[in-house]
Amino acid sequence: MTQIRPASSEQPWAAPEEEPIVRIDKVTKTFGSTYAVDEISLNIHRGEFFSLLGASGCGKTTLLRMLGGFETPTSGRIYIDGQDVTDVPPYLRPINMMFQSYALFPHMNVAQNIAFGLKQERMPSALIRERVAEVMALVQIEKLATRKPHQLSGGQRQRVALARALAKQPKILLLDEPLGALDKKLREHTQFELVNIQERLGITFIIVTHDQEEAMTMSSRIALMHDGRIEQVDAPRRMYEFPATRYAASFIGSVNLFNGHVMSHDNDMVLIHSDEAGSDLLVHHSQPLNPGMEVTVAIRPEKIAVRDHHSEDPNSIHGVIQEIAYLGDVSIYHVELPSGKRVQFTQSNVLALAEQPLTWGQEVALTWNAYSCGVLTQ
Amino acid sequence: MNDWLLQLNNRIRTLVPGKGLIVGAPWFWLALFFVLPFLFVLKISLAEPQLAQPPYQDWIREIEDGLITIKLNFGNYAMLWEDELYRDALWGSFEIAAISTFFCLLIGYPMAYAIALSPTHWRMPLLMLVILPFWTSFLIRVYAWIGILKNNGLLNHFLMSIGLIDQPLEILHTPTAVYIGVVYSYLPFLVLPLYATLVRLDNTLLEAAADLGARPWKQFLKITLPQSVPGILAGSMLVFIPVMGEFVIPDLLGGPDTLMIGKLMWTEFFSNKDWPLASALASVLLVVLIIPFVLMRHYEQKAAEELK
Repeated sequence: MTQIRPASSEQPWAAPEEEPIVRIDKVTKTFGSTYAVDEISLNIHRGEFFSLLGASGCGKTTLLRMLGGFETPTSGRIYIDGQDVTDVPPYLRPINMMFQSYALFPHMNVAQNIAFGLKQERMPSALIRERVAEVMALVQIEKLATRKPHQLSGGQRQRVALARALAKQPKILLLDEPLGALDKKLREHTQFELVNIQERLGITFIIVTHDQEEAMTMSSRIALMHDGRIEQVDAPRRMYEFPATRYAASFIGSVNLFNGHVMSHDNDMVLIHSDEAGSDLLVHHSQPLNPGMEVTVAIRPEKIAVRDHHSEDPNSIHGVIQEIAYLGDVSIYHVELPSGKRVQFTQSNVLALAEQPLTWGQEVALTWNAYSCGVLTQ
Repeated sequence: MNDWLLQLNNRIRTLVPGKGLIVGAPWFWLALFFVLPFLFVLKISLAEPQLAQPPYQDWIREIEDGLITIKLNFGNYAMLWEDELYRDALWGSFEIAAISTFFCLLIGYPMAYAIALSPTHWRMPLLMLVILPFWTSFLIRVYAWIGILKNNGLLNHFLMSIGLIDQPLEILHTPTAVYIGVVYSYLPFLVLPLYATLVRLDNTLLEAAADLGARPWKQFLKITLPQSVPGILAGSMLVFIPVMGEFVIPDLLGGPDTLMIGKLMWTEFFSNKDWPLASALASVLLVVLIIPFVLMRHYEQKAAEELK
């Protein structure tokens, strides 16, 4: 997984004294008897590229629509730049949204679409023309100014929608699955561009996506949502390396989970016995855990190494290779442990056409580092 | 093997003129029930009237063996142009049709919009209410308006009983009565196509407009209204064109000064027995009405392309 964003030392969310640009305070939204959003509180800071990530139906779009003003929270308040906007209609919010369907006005050409928001502000027409030209240059659609939406390709429409949403220079830009309708190549290219534009303009971006790779690539922080609640809010790297819950661990990337119970905990090292793993597991963990507690150990497939022979040390397991998936750059191996538990691990295919040392039916011994795995209690 | 099947398929297709039949059916229909009768009318319009049966002289006549004379009479068209009565009638029809269409829009647009915005399960019953008057004969409904509008009719009774007026209002046999009758009768023709357009409009476009700072009224003016132009045009044509030739409503509800081309045509045909003149009138009316129709088709096609 690539990360476009440089690991910046600026972490506005780590400075609690600063007023966040968006403050969501115990917001709940119900449709009939279903809870689309269930008492969510969340702070988003100035200049962030913030992702609401989750499977469909997790409430991420409803939360975004409440920020835009298209849905009213059943309870709770929303503050933008310190001002309570919970009951403010969309046309008075300093926010713009890029819709999933793009929602371009079919009876207006590209320039008119982009100018629409500025005209509502009664901006002088010379200034409008200037601003429209500016944003069209920003997203590189200068040549399309007089085209109608039906004369544009999907990628061009996406750019027009982005330009239209940026034209008013909002404090916050909401993007609902902005890349969902593009093909894979174009999507990857556009990811870089979105991040560049966001960094150039310094506008806070809040994006809704179901694509974990997209969220990992672009975001400064991700809020992982599940069943109308937030599972975890973290920077992409922390989200991947230190998932807070079993759901977070399995939603982002692949993971092997071993259930077990705590045997001892000292010097930030937890010793866990797991019948599933058939071994004692040693994990680095700084929060105190009580002996006997039921926990889950999470280990990513790429962090598992093959060793020559099995030993009785902690973090040592062995099993038989059942399946091999060759993906080109890596191969994924499925191993069945004596307990019947299946474990995945990956190996980089360093040598082309190298004699594969691992094959079906082979017995392998595996191990990993105590600092490469995590303990999950939820 | 596949190629062979494909060739056979193509061969069968060219042999069976199924596609041609389907495409040709509406043309055949149009030719049989529109072009042909119109040619008859056109032919009669170029003839001379006479006191006989039929009441016109055919302009293709066989004088002696095999000798045919063709004597076209453009006098009817000249008369339509010269006599002010016909021009006034055409103008009168145009005025009534245009003003009625405007009032139909004024009343029908909010109706169509309200139905399109109502919850899905309410739409069908509401549309049924719009169509319901068609269950009763048109003639009876127009007659019913006489009962409502006449001096000692329902409306005047009601207005006097609540003390709003002491003298009955003179409505029947005035242009007002014609407008009331026309707007009432033709309103559904406008509401239905307009509803069909409005219900298809994408609600996200309004959200996008709101997001960009447009207040509700601006959203309607800049997004809904321009996008509903095809429906407005279709509905307006469905009102305007038949009202231009309307005869029953001005005859029953209008007064002696209500001059409309349909009424005039009836007089020429049945009272004056001047078929050629009446036919000329009908031909002119058709040409006048084809112009806005062609314009509308052109606009509709453009709009359809944009919505694609």
